[in-house]
Amino acid sequence: MSKDMMPMFELFQPTDLSGALDLVERYGADGWKVAGGQDSLDWLKDRAKRTKAVIDLTRIAEMKGIRETADGLEIGALTTLTEIEESSLIREKFALLAGAASRVASPQIRNVGTIGGNVSQDARCWYYRGGMDCYRAGGSTCYADTPQGMNREHCLFGADRCVAVSPSDTAPALVALDASMVIQNADGERVVAAEDFFIGPQVDIERMTVLQADDILTAIRIPNTWANATFYFEKVADRKTWDFALVNIAAAMRVSGGTIEDIRIVAGGVECVPRRLSVVENVVKGSAKNADTAKLAGGSASRGAIPLNYNQFKIPLLENLVMRAIRDA
Amino acid sequence: MAHKLLGKDFTPPDIRGKVTGKAKYAEDFRVDGMVFAKMLLSPMPHARVTSIDTSEAEAMPGVLGVLTADDVPPGQGANEVILTNTPHFIGEPILAIAAIDETTAADAIEKVKVEYEPLPYVIDPLESLYPGGPDAREGGNVANLQIPLQTVKWTARDFAEVEENQLPMSGQPVVEWSYGDLEAEFEKSAVVYDETFVTASNSHHSMEPRTAMSYWENGKCFVYGSSQSQSFFMPGLAGLIGIDSKDLVYIAEFCGGGFGSKGAPYALMALPAYMSKKIGRPVMLRVTRAEEYYLGSNRAGFQGRARIGFAKNGKVNAVDLYLVQSNGPNSGFWDFTDAPGAVSICYQPNAMRYRGLPVLTNTPPGGPQRGPGENQIACAFEPFLDRAAAELGIDRVEIRKINAPDNDSLFDGHQNPVTSAYQRECLTIGAEKFGWNEKSKRSRERKGSKVIGVGVGQAYHSAGFAGFDGLVRITPDGILHIHSGVGNLGTYSYAATARIAAEVLNYDWEHCVIERGDSRKQLPWNFMQVGSNTSFTMGRSYHAAAVDAKNKLLEIAAATHGGSPDDYELGDEVVRSKADGAAKMTYAEAAQKAIEMAGKFDGSEPPADINPMTTASTAALAGSGLIGVAKDNYEINGVPPALATGFMMIELDTETGTFEILDYAGAIDCGTVIHPMGLATQIKGGAVMGIGLASKERIVYDPQNGVAANVGFYQAKPPSYLDVPATMEWGAVDIADPQSPLGTRGMGEPVMGCAASALVCAISDALGGHYFNRTPIVADMIVNAVSGRPQSHKPLQVATF
Repeated sequence: MSKDMMPMFELFQPTDLSGALDLVERYGADGWKVAGGQDSLDWLKDRAKRTKAVIDLTRIAEMKGIRETADGLEIGALTTLTEIEESSLIREKFALLAGAASRVASPQIRNVGTIGGNVSQDARCWYYRGGMDCYRAGGSTCYADTPQGMNREHCLFGADRCVAVSPSDTAPALVALDASMVIQNADGERVVAAEDFFIGPQVDIERMTVLQADDILTAIRIPNTWANATFYFEKVADRKTWDFALVNIAAAMRVSGGTIEDIRIVAGGVECVPRRLSVVENVVKGSAKNADTAKLAGGSASRGAIPLNYNQFKIPLLENLVMRAIRDA
Repeated sequence: MAHKLLGKDFTPPDIRGKVTGKAKYAEDFRVDGMVFAKMLLSPMPHARVTSIDTSEAEAMPGVLGVLTADDVPPGQGANEVILTNTPHFIGEPILAIAAIDETTAADAIEKVKVEYEPLPYVIDPLESLYPGGPDAREGGNVANLQIPLQTVKWTARDFAEVEENQLPMSGQPVVEWSYGDLEAEFEKSAVVYDETFVTASNSHHSMEPRTAMSYWENGKCFVYGSSQSQSFFMPGLAGLIGIDSKDLVYIAEFCGGGFGSKGAPYALMALPAYMSKKIGRPVMLRVTRAEEYYLGSNRAGFQGRARIGFAKNGKVNAVDLYLVQSNGPNSGFWDFTDAPGAVSICYQPNAMRYRGLPVLTNTPPGGPQRGPGENQIACAFEPFLDRAAAELGIDRVEIRKINAPDNDSLFDGHQNPVTSAYQRECLTIGAEKFGWNEKSKRSRERKGSKVIGVGVGQAYHSAGFAGFDGLVRITPDGILHIHSGVGNLGTYSYAATARIAAEVLNYDWEHCVIERGDSRKQLPWNFMQVGSNTSFTMGRSYHAAAVDAKNKLLEIAAATHGGSPDDYELGDEVVRSKADGAAKMTYAEAAQKAIEMAGKFDGSEPPADINPMTTASTAALAGSGLIGVAKDNYEINGVPPALATGFMMIELDTETGTFEILDYAGAIDCGTVIHPMGLATQIKGGAVMGIGLASKERIVYDPQNGVAANVGFYQAKPPSYLDVPATMEWGAVDIADPQSPLGTRGMGEPVMGCAASALVCAISDALGGHYFNRTPIVADMIVNAVSGRPQSHKPLQVATF
């Protein structure tokens, strides 16, 4: 039951990363990292999740901005989605990411929401967000995956006690671009491939990413591997703004002489993690980029899909979006 | 007739406050010593509270008091209550706690221990109608306004005798009427359709939640609330608080949206008054977005079945309609009786039978939402005209004209007359504004995965009442004070209709002030601002009061300068002799003279037939100027109709199930146009809401747990700015209604239903004549239909994705 009234907590506003790392180490699971707050504030206002201490990261300058590196770009985790959408660097080389960022939520949310927050956000399953005691919330059932569960927005793949999906629009784009995530904690820095950053319920049902309580995602690196490739991003949602994707698709491909030489294609909204469509990649690699290949690719995308009671539409929708990615990119 | 003010744009006086942020809504008020209340809401859809322990909460510093169901009047029948020990829906308030601040109150609520005994609950009316099925209330499963709580069960045979997914029509109804020889009319029909359909419930989600603040002072109860209505609201609100309405001071200057849900008094508004009385402090109850979802009511859903027969020439011969209304657990609203009336008037069938009943459900309480019943049924019925048009080879606008009502039309079970009706003209104007002849040729035009769909829709709502009072006052400074007790739901019709008084008195609008929004401003007895009625009802009341003031001006001039009142006329805020230009007096002078003459002139002797509220207001104003006060005693014979037409062109993407609305034009038959800009805004805003009704908004409940999926604003999916056309066209018939003194009648509701049904028809047009028999039609339904898959929901399923 939504409470709509934020409870008291201690607020910390560190101005540098080392200060923030001290705080996350000190508070561990009792601390709550906040960037744009577009995920966090819902939880706190609804009193569905609680914390003793909120650690506001937004004053840490070193986690902001977009920098060119020797082999690509590094995007500070606190860079807003609007900054990504408008960055000429990103638009020139990685239009796929700019396009995905431009379709997140609404302009107001993009103005405060960050790329780090967008990829780290929690599941949007309405039962879970409503504060119900499901597996993901530490309970012993899944309310969505029942004969009567209202699971229109839930997964086609990878159900494992939980049927929530990855809600992010930028995550599929980052996986398609073979990005990597820079994570810091008191022990130092580690870099994780975007594809491995997201985890499903079979790995840990209470987390969506590898981030632990004392970790801070500081930056995202995009290698030049897919710079200026042929891109396709599309999001299908109920409304043209604000809503999460029913299904989204992000593809990066190298096309030469009408032939798809290489491709990474990733779908959101169909699995707890951004789903890399390896089957599709295998089907189209080396084939002509035409309507026939596109149709074949679309049909292959849903192999292994197991629909729930209310989401079978995601099968043709995923197939169509994959077909469009190959056909229209 | 050329008017000085009517038919011209103006800036309503409350716009400045809204634009600058100075407008004060209920939650903006603060008074000395004010504290905050928070509510504990039921987590169960139907239960009995067996124990409440507030000791830990009450021991918290800053907590000032607890209010439970034992402190407020008990419920009667299926009427809504302020607090309950028998919650009938998740979100129903059990108790409230007041504290020095809101966070403390919310923290204290979490310390309360409530034990519940769960009771059977029901989301789907058909489950409740089945023999032995669960009832939403212990006292029965059927109730509505004017229908007492009772138990109705159909027989297993009723269910067994129809095909699967077909609504039984043999089950016992609660409301039933018919006219004409139904079966004979079906017999001679060239085409007959028989369809089972569902229209979803959807939440009002008013932008301003129903916050209220209250305190007691010198024996009076002050309430600052959010309502569409003012004077008519007061007796009911006073009754909820348990006082006489003369002891109630009610302040409601602005309303951040109500859409019907804040027209009549509602129980929650009385909660702060009870808490304030108990703890002796002013109490503010700020209602949150989630609470507004649970307590802000929603449009009733229908499970329906219609048989409709068309003659070869397109005329609707017969309609046989059955509706089962998802009512919510309380008395709800009469959507299910308004809907067949709309069918009857819009299509003028030679014979019609209607049967229906409202079945209680453990979902948020039903309440009137813009075009209650009429707008849902438009979405179910307008597609029939398209199907018949295609089958009989008739243009889709033409078939609507063939069946359209006019001045001689009768409708509903009582075969009531209308005051006037020009739906054929309205269809013509809408078709012209839209460019139907050219655009309809683009129907089903394909470009890749995209296909054009074109649709036309219609809707109706009754649009006026009679018999309320008008009160105007000219003060010795020459200003015309137009006292308005109708309310301000946000459409500016309170201001547009006030100009009728100024028009009659030949006033410069700059010299007029509208007194409103606060019962201390001495307001007359006016009806609620609901049901598209203001333009007609207030038009009559203001006219009556202004004519009274005019007569008094003429009498005062005659008394001052000699001769009879007939020798005088109104000029530019002067009353002057028709013959002798020198014999004249300004309105300011006449007002001063009225005070000297007293009696009827300054309100000291009000007319006998006005409502006691108007009498009291007149008495309070007596001696302050020239008072024009009168009851609307104008003749009325028939129902003033508001009839609307909508035309829409979409481009639907068959691969994603999404669509772009390329064009929209709406037209209205609402009598004389008072305020073109206000009218245009209503037609366009109504279309936006209609787009939501047709393609986005619905309540969704998990039937196993009785919990709601669409509590938040983003989950409820009202259309965004990007989901509606950037520009829309509009038009109006603009023919005066003969039973409204200056020709005005209402229009606010059907401008939603015509757009909703136009969109439903456009989607089906794009899909080559695929009919969903369900609203809203959302992307997943379109994707399933195009890919040849069955829908995930069963045809009669309700409150589902």
